[in-house]
Amino acid sequence: MTAWLLRRLAASVAIVFAVLTLTFVLIHLAPGTPFLPSTDDRSVGPEIIARLRRQYGLDRPLPVQYLKYIGSVAHGEFGESFSQHRPVAQALADAVPNTVLLGIAALVIEFTLGIALGAYQAARARRRVDAALSHLTLFFYSVPTFWLGLALLLVFGQWLRWLPVGGVSDPIVHDTLPWAGRVFDTLRHLVLPACTLGLVGAAGTARYQRAAMLEVIHQDYIRTARAKGLSERRVLLRHALRNAVLPVITLLGLSLPFLLTGAVLVETVFSWPGMGKLAADAIFSRDYPVVTAAAILAAAMVALSSVVADLLTALADPRVRLGDGDAA
Amino acid sequence: MLRTWVSLAVLVAGSTGGAFALRRRCERTGRGRRFFRHPTATTGVAVLTFFVLVAVCAPLVAPYDPSAQPDPVGLQNRPPSWLHPFGTDLYSHDVLSRVVYGAQVSLGVGTLAMLVALTLGAVVGAIAGYTGRWIDAVLMRLVDVGIAVPRMFLLLMAVALWSRLPLGTLIVLIGVTGWFGTSRLVRAEVLSLRERPFVDAARALGARSGRVIFGHVLPNAAAPLIVSAALGIGHVMLLEAALSFLGIGVRPPVASWGNMIADGRDLLTIAPWISLVPGLGIAAVVMSLNAVGDALRDALDPREEAT
Repeated sequence: MTAWLLRRLAASVAIVFAVLTLTFVLIHLAPGTPFLPSTDDRSVGPEIIARLRRQYGLDRPLPVQYLKYIGSVAHGEFGESFSQHRPVAQALADAVPNTVLLGIAALVIEFTLGIALGAYQAARARRRVDAALSHLTLFFYSVPTFWLGLALLLVFGQWLRWLPVGGVSDPIVHDTLPWAGRVFDTLRHLVLPACTLGLVGAAGTARYQRAAMLEVIHQDYIRTARAKGLSERRVLLRHALRNAVLPVITLLGLSLPFLLTGAVLVETVFSWPGMGKLAADAIFSRDYPVVTAAAILAAAMVALSSVVADLLTALADPRVRLGDGDAA
Repeated sequence: MLRTWVSLAVLVAGSTGGAFALRRRCERTGRGRRFFRHPTATTGVAVLTFFVLVAVCAPLVAPYDPSAQPDPVGLQNRPPSWLHPFGTDLYSHDVLSRVVYGAQVSLGVGTLAMLVALTLGAVVGAIAGYTGRWIDAVLMRLVDVGIAVPRMFLLLMAVALWSRLPLGTLIVLIGVTGWFGTSRLVRAEVLSLRERPFVDAARALGARSGRVIFGHVLPNAAAPLIVSAALGIGHVMLLEAALSFLGIGVRPPVASWGNMIADGRDLLTIAPWISLVPGLGIAAVVMSLNAVGDALRDALDPREEAT
């Protein structure tokens, strides 16, 4: 078990390292440089640009830049953001909690709603409710995330005016509110982006859960449980769901990349100042240090979450043994 | 305008009729029955056929030139009417015409990028699975890295850093970042296939590795590939829409469903139809693709072959 964990963690580090190299190469292959004078801004002369490039070490040969970068990342230094004029670590520290908040809220919606829907559908398999819900989940599974965000924004933010249309808190009154009021204000802002991400994810989870549950329901021990005279409710919730939830736990680890992708779009739609928006903005302003740091962080999160998902599966399912040759 | 209504009616009738005709023909075989047993399969085929026909017959269906701006002042952001069934946008473009021509771009990008990804995934997966040893190890570690980075980040970086990308490059880029899952799938399939007697037979007849892989092993791994292709097109269409929405995918004046949604984003309160219509288009096509993909998975599942 420990050996397995160490091996997996080593593999994760290698993956993150490879991602770091990949982003570095990609960025320096791309045409265009930061500090290129834009056509409408003639006030910045070439000598100033040369000085800025020297200041950030962009005039050094690439291998030197690469080694220096690895060295500083190893020390937890991600350099200084070009566009925000402050350390990248600080920009990330501001953004990451927002994304984590959004991500956790979305995950809660995704898995509670998804598992409940899928289990309910399986219990009513091939009846009209099941068919209707299947169409509904198929729709949410197929809809573009950002479009759903816009639609929810239009209905609940603009037409009904129930919820705020963007941001993480009310810019005017937030700081004057008491403690509880501030929490409530943030929660109100969280509802729409979290529902957008959560609904799309829940649709996928429900489809998966329904299939897993249907597979379990036809097994012998379910028939045994029914034959013992247990109530249908108990059979489904205690016997069937418990085993059908296992594959969904693996899905939890796999859903993180999708969550991060979705975050880029949803954060852009709702101007939610998180990692996705930070990365998207950084890419447009060619803010290399921020781009690379975001990519490394994302890769690390994805790699770690897949290790955690495997661990959780092993903990929940005694039949799964870790370390028997599945080091990959 | 009459031409639009007539051609739309003909296409609806044709695709529905075609789907039912196909169903009647296919139900004679076991696979066809399993495919059409899915409640959504027939609808999916019909909707897909409809949109493909619309894309192909775009000049016939579209009532106006998609980039014509007949009256940028008087015809701005008009709500749906008889002359403009889906309204007009900020530049007085007819939204219906743009949706029709956008179907060409969105479906085309989806299909072509998926083909690129599928080819790459199949080749890499087959080589890794068939040769094994260090080649397999190196290729699969590469795949691990590719899977670990959210695809969106890779694409955002590549597309944004190169800015002004021609459509062809965009398609290749989307394809190149999307083959990792497919290659794992194919590799697993090839690993079991290469131990089969027919592979030994081919080798005994003197076929070289390349011939064995592409002539004998891969064709037998086609079933999972077809399913992942159907689901992959939908996925790529969503990606293209997302990139275009962020302003780095298909660029105006060329209409794609994604950049149309982006066009309407700031006008959501006064002219919601600009964003809503293309979004529904994407949803309809991706839904059908997913429905058809699910049905294909069941139909091609060898475990059910016996029943």
